[in-house]
Amino acid sequence: MGEKTKRLAMVASKGTLDQAYPPLILATTAAAMGWEVGIFFTFYGLDILHKKRLEHLQVSPVGNPAMPPPIPAIPMLKVPTFMGALPGMTAMATTMMKGWMAKAKLPTVKEMLDLCVEADVQLIACATTMGVMGIRQEDLIPQAQCAGATTFLDYASAADVSLFI
Amino acid sequence: MAETMKIQQTLDCKGLLCPLPIIKLSKAIKGIQVGEIVEMLATDPGSVPDVKAFQAQTGHEILASEQQAGVYRFLVKRTK
Repeated sequence: MGEKTKRLAMVASKGTLDQAYPPLILATTAAAMGWEVGIFFTFYGLDILHKKRLEHLQVSPVGNPAMPPPIPAIPMLKVPTFMGALPGMTAMATTMMKGWMAKAKLPTVKEMLDLCVEADVQLIACATTMGVMGIRQEDLIPQAQCAGATTFLDYASAADVSLFI
Repeated sequence: MAETMKIQQTLDCKGLLCPLPIIKLSKAIKGIQVGEIVEMLATDPGSVPDVKAFQAQTGHEILASEQQAGVYRFLVKRTK
């Protein structure tokens, strides 16, 4: 193992439930190995730090051919992707995903964030997104630090691993 | 050989998926003294390469990594 503490810098740019997990899983794992971790939450990714929205992230079935058939025993009944645009399909896809996650004992997004906070992961809220989308500091969890791209690049320039998610 | 070593703590991670076993292992290692040993039980097959990678990244030593009846058992020693 090297002398210098390793650093992971990530951009979280997606606000769907399924896309919220990869940065949070990588962050908590890297922190568990003693790495420094910073995540820059930008555009819809900022919903992951939004006190109210983070509990209601959804899975989008639109244009998502990976969605499984509603009845696993009858795979030919797979829902055509265009039907994902019908009312209620997003809620259905989200309920299905939350069911699988609970069954697999995966922590919720809120619980994953708590693990990040406990592990001193830096949670950086994109200042431009806040301005564009009208999100105020008090809308975000208290650990979110508002900063711009310059701050993230300065942080990422010393990173051993950088990912855009 | 593993059976004669003193295990300080046992972590039951059966039924848990990544990232929880490694997070729990990391917390347990922080809670014991250098030279002491944590035993971890897991069912996630990903935990086998992951514990190896944890050793590579942190230097904490795997003393045993074995499987019995679908349960993986690891002994990890805190080295620093």
